[in-house]
Amino acid sequence: MEYFLELILGGLTRGSIYALIALGYTMVYGIIELINFAHGEVYMIGAFTALIFTSVLTLLGFNEIAVIVLASLLAVIYSSAYGYTVEKIAYKPLRHAQRLSPLISAIGMSIFLQNYVLLAQTSDFLPFPNLIPEFEFIKPYRHIISSPEIVILITTSTAMVLLTFLIKFTRIGKAMRATAQDRNMAMLVGVNVDRVISITFIIGSALAALGGVLIASHVGQINFYIGFIAGIKAFTAAVLGGIGSIPGAVLGALVLGLTESFATGYVSSDYEDVFAFGLLVLILIFRPAGILGRAAAQKV
Amino acid sequence: MKCSFGKQLISLVVVMLYGFFFISCGESESTSDSSQKSAANIKLGVAGAHSGDLASYGVPSVRAAELVVRNINAKGGILGRKVELLVEDDVCKPEIATNTATKLVTEGVDIVLGHICSGATKAALGIYKDSKIIIMSPSCTNPALTQSGDYPNFFRTIASDDAQARLEVNFAIDVLKVRKIAVLHDKGDYGKGLAECAKKYLEASDKAEIVLYEGITPGAVDYSAVVQKIKHSGAEAVIFGGYHPEASKIISQMRKKGMEAVFISDDGVKDNTFIKVAGEYAEGVYATGPLDTSNNPMAIAAIEAHRNTYGSEPGAFFLNAYSASLALLNAIERAGSTDYDAVSKVLRTEYVDTPLGKISFDERGDAIGVGFCMYQVQNGVYVEVK
Repeated sequence: MEYFLELILGGLTRGSIYALIALGYTMVYGIIELINFAHGEVYMIGAFTALIFTSVLTLLGFNEIAVIVLASLLAVIYSSAYGYTVEKIAYKPLRHAQRLSPLISAIGMSIFLQNYVLLAQTSDFLPFPNLIPEFEFIKPYRHIISSPEIVILITTSTAMVLLTFLIKFTRIGKAMRATAQDRNMAMLVGVNVDRVISITFIIGSALAALGGVLIASHVGQINFYIGFIAGIKAFTAAVLGGIGSIPGAVLGALVLGLTESFATGYVSSDYEDVFAFGLLVLILIFRPAGILGRAAAQKV
Repeated sequence: MKCSFGKQLISLVVVMLYGFFFISCGESESTSDSSQKSAANIKLGVAGAHSGDLASYGVPSVRAAELVVRNINAKGGILGRKVELLVEDDVCKPEIATNTATKLVTEGVDIVLGHICSGATKAALGIYKDSKIIIMSPSCTNPALTQSGDYPNFFRTIASDDAQARLEVNFAIDVLKVRKIAVLHDKGDYGKGLAECAKKYLEASDKAEIVLYEGITPGAVDYSAVVQKIKHSGAEAVIFGGYHPEASKIISQMRKKGMEAVFISDDGVKDNTFIKVAGEYAEGVYATGPLDTSNNPMAIAAIEAHRNTYGSEPGAFFLNAYSASLALLNAIERAGSTDYDAVSKVLRTEYVDTPLGKISFDERGDAIGVGFCMYQVQNGVYVEVK
């Protein structure tokens, strides 16, 4: 039973990280029907920025809590700026081009950012400081759940609640939903579509950066390539849940995380990916639009 | 049909060209050595890739042999006889290696240093065996070459591929005395190969059992599920085959969960990046790595001689080849002749000082005293475990 609980918590932690990244994919897809392959790279840049600022702030003598909060905040801001810039450079000029063109542009951006970090930073693995402190009250239970895992779960849930609130109850949320439903119509009723798209990229990047900081301080290492695998898994989660659907992305991510955890726990980690992608295939056979995706009628 | 004929033609031409090359080489050598050539010379063959893609693996052993022979001849040779080198190229190709071997045998070679590649060596071994000629490779790591027991005339001064796995398992069972072992790997050729060897040795031993054998996904976001699985398997030690990025993630997560199982890994982990990344969690981790020869005075002298003679740093397997040449010639000297049985008996029973340290050979022809040793992270550096 304890083993089962540990696997659930491990799976949820992993799923939460996937969810933070998957949200970016799904929000962007919902609005401009683009798969932003450079999204995983934003996650990686978030982790790198946090590492740099952590070192600087620690040198400047800030205390532990200030370092965590400031470094995460700066990483989020910096990555959001990246997300915003990538959209302006790589996608906006192609807004009215064929659908394949922005996709290729996205892949190009992803390769560019990876290599940029490789050259500007290093190809080596770098140690990432243990930002999340070891809580005393959790010590007796740390074999079941460790402090970083708790922090990841709490942060992710809070971010989800805030995001849901933003989309459901604010003006910009309403504008986003309107743009997602019909871009031309939204434009006609006075929604600044370009601004909505920029904000979507910023929010997505901020969440990815948060994920980057959390997972990097959990596993304690980063390099320029971490965004690729995390991005692929998060993309899978978004498709699993129904791409374009926000609750779907979260659900898909959690299902994926739990499947991987249980496959490893009860079968063998050799088959971790086999189970994860097998599940994806199964769900897409029975629900081609994903778990919560709505099969949209083709617009004519 | 036409195409394959063309290929045959090309390979024929290639073989002929090589043939010419060797003939001209042989001639130039024999003329240069003609002043000291006599029937009583000890003929040391050097075979391996001396041209082509893999020349960088073979050329250093020719140079090593030249340096050793020059020293020995300067001191008057062995048993009052000069040593003469017969250098033959096999371009690391099994089909050419058989010709190389045949040529050396017809030239009356007494003993052979080589070949360089495992495949080529295997092809040539039968020919040497039939002619009762001892051969010693500085570089072939294929386990079967010695372990099959088919070639009693084969020796090597490099540890075989499975030596690390054997060392890890023996260390865990005999030194750490653990009973329950988890074997993990990263599903790659290197990591999985090691893990399979380790599994084989553990199964053959009744002192410990394998409680978990798993491959992990390299680059995964985290390994908490695998770590939980290790914990529930009750493993006292983890043997991991793979590289440092995964190793540092697994060890960090194990320690964060409060697990104290011993972590043993290979030379993919015996890297300072591992210590840098895993930080405090790296403390106490064991890893196998090549023996350190940088303080051996003979190694320093050999490398210095190479620099002075050839004006460059020695290449791959130079020290292994240097040691092999010394071991072979030393065995002839102590045996008092080039007789097959006498020389192989000396190789198997007596130790010789070489740049790799004091070495001898076991029944199967693997060098004793060469290869890997266990290191442990202590206060942030790898320290050899005595």
